[in-house]
Amino acid sequence: MNTLPMEYGLLLAGILFVIGLVSLLIRRNIIFMLISVEIMLNAAGLAFIVAGARWAQPEGQVMFIFIITMAAAEVSVGLALILQLYHNLKTLDSDAANLMHG
Amino acid sequence: MENLLWVIPALPFMGALLLILLGGRLSGPAVSAIGVGCVGLAAVFTLLLGFQFLTDAPAGGVYRQEVWQWFEVAGFNPSIAFHLDALSLVFIFVITFVGFLIHLYSTAYMAEDEGFTRFFAYMNLFVGSMLVLVLADNLLLLYLGWEGVGLCSYLLIGFWYKEPQNGYAARKAFIITRVGDTAMAIGLFMLFQYFGTLHIQSISTEAVQSWPVGAQPALLIAFLLLGGAVGKSGQLPLQTWLPDAMAGPTPVSALIHAATMVTAGVYLIARMHVLFELAPVAQLTVAVIGAVTLLLAGFSALTQSDLKRVLAYSTISQIGYMFLALGVGAWSAGIFHFMIHAFFKALLFLAAGAIILSLHHEQNMFKMGGLKEKMPAVFWTFLIGAASLAALPLITAGFYSKDQILWLALAGERGNVWLYAAGLMGAFITAIYTFRMVFITFYGESKTHLEHPPGTLIILPLVVLAILSTIGGFIELPHNFGHVVLFSDLLRPVLPNLAVDDSLASAEWMFQVLAAAISLAGVLIAFLVYLKKPELHAQIRNSGAAMALHRFWYSGWGFDKLYGALFVQPFVFLATLNKNDVIDSFYSFLTSLTRALNRGLAQTQNGILRWYMMGVVVGALIILTISLLP
Repeated sequence: MNTLPMEYGLLLAGILFVIGLVSLLIRRNIIFMLISVEIMLNAAGLAFIVAGARWAQPEGQVMFIFIITMAAAEVSVGLALILQLYHNLKTLDSDAANLMHG
Repeated sequence: MENLLWVIPALPFMGALLLILLGGRLSGPAVSAIGVGCVGLAAVFTLLLGFQFLTDAPAGGVYRQEVWQWFEVAGFNPSIAFHLDALSLVFIFVITFVGFLIHLYSTAYMAEDEGFTRFFAYMNLFVGSMLVLVLADNLLLLYLGWEGVGLCSYLLIGFWYKEPQNGYAARKAFIITRVGDTAMAIGLFMLFQYFGTLHIQSISTEAVQSWPVGAQPALLIAFLLLGGAVGKSGQLPLQTWLPDAMAGPTPVSALIHAATMVTAGVYLIARMHVLFELAPVAQLTVAVIGAVTLLLAGFSALTQSDLKRVLAYSTISQIGYMFLALGVGAWSAGIFHFMIHAFFKALLFLAAGAIILSLHHEQNMFKMGGLKEKMPAVFWTFLIGAASLAALPLITAGFYSKDQILWLALAGERGNVWLYAAGLMGAFITAIYTFRMVFITFYGESKTHLEHPPGTLIILPLVVLAILSTIGGFIELPHNFGHVVLFSDLLRPVLPNLAVDDSLASAEWMFQVLAAAISLAGVLIAFLVYLKKPELHAQIRNSGAAMALHRFWYSGWGFDKLYGALFVQPFVFLATLNKNDVIDSFYSFLTSLTRALNRGLAQTQNGILRWYMMGVVVGALIILTISLLP
């Protein structure tokens, strides 16, 4: 069976990570920022899967399950925070949440 | 009885402690009962002890009592021990007895003052310190009393502290005497270095054994001790504080700046007379300082218009006589003059205080006048004191004490004609300024309204002191006239006698007549210039040279200006240069650096989430780059 070379998978993971990072930096809407974080997490998870397949080790998949679990927890906490933010500031603009600056 | 020696200094200390602790809750009469009672009791104990001392002289002429050992460090073990010999007996008698009279007087003088309790607390503390000073058995304890009286002097000069110039006078007195005290402290260090002890008796015996006359260390130490004595006694060159010290209440001037504290220097020199005899140069310096000071202060007294300042300058001048006596080796004559001076100077100050109080704190003599009829009791007592100060012959005590000094300054083995001439000149000036004061204050036309006549408590001490100023002289009469030597016999075991030049002895009466004539001539001149022909006085004053001289003497020979230019201004200049402390600049640089960093970093905490993210990304990139570098 022809397998994809590992570099392709890692390249895809890297591109996904950079897309997530750039959109995290340029987006001001906090929901989009949360989605960007999710993309970055999944990019890291993809890298683990690719590496696990390359060396035929189970740890890559184990790590991915960890990341998925953690991402679920993070999303629940993050959404709760976003709700509170929206409740207080009536906006989803993250730059408006600079009340504690300096 | 001699076991009760410690009680004498302890009583005033107890009074001070009681007044300080309970002062706020006590009523006026209770405060005066404690304040006066403690000193009075000390005076009673002194009289009892003195009576026993005189009737049943102890072995060696000394009562010694060690109360406890103060501390022990490296073989240095000074004790709180009291030493009563004839010299300290004279001093504690004057301190407690005159002190008691002045306390009694103060109850009336200070009655209206809001700081009544504080006043008596300070006064008791002062009497206690002074008693420790003269009863001390070692020089360290003496130094404790010495600094104690310095402190009380500061507190009492600045007693009315709401007036800034009183605080200034207090600080001036404290700082100037501190100059002398520092010299004295160095002298004590050197004594300890040579002898390993500060016990006065051991030092006196060991110094004679280990040093020849004129030895270098003896000379140096004698000069250092002289520095302390000069500062405390207001002698040249540290005399400038004493006239300003008149800022305090008048009883303070009487007690501290005339009768007792300022004579501490005289006591120190008499107590350490062995050292001064080993250093003839230092002893001659004492005499010269005394002679010069008595003249300078006498001329200054001639020009003052403030009644208390005249008395202040006359105090400096009279202590100059004591220094002159000590300097020529006439130890007992110096101490005799101290005692007589304490009587009449306390009397003069208290009488002046009675006038000042009655005239509602007016101190300018030229605004008084004609008080003779208005306050006869004060007039007569003041006159007796003034006669004693001017050394009117035969009837006053001052004549006998001063004549003895003058005679020994000429005929004593260390005397010479210059010292005698200075003393004689001083006696002449003394008579002039004393009776100038009397005539201006009590005679002539009345210029003020008498507020309230002095009460019994004010008159009583005056009368007692007036009696003492008169009969005090009869315990020591010259040998060609009565020949009573009770006083010098008393001091004989402590202070050596002075050999007299025999070639002059037969002519002693001539010098006595001369001294008497000089003082009478002074009174006569004062009478002519200030009473008989006031226009003569105005004429002299208005001539150009006399006016300049008057200004010069009025300012005390310009010493304040000289010291101001010599020490104060350079010091102030240096202080302004270093206003922003040079050492501090390093530390202030550190703080400003930290603050700048703080400001810079606080800028980054702007609350924008993407900014923080950027920080994380840049940090991660830097770390990645570094770890990927070969």
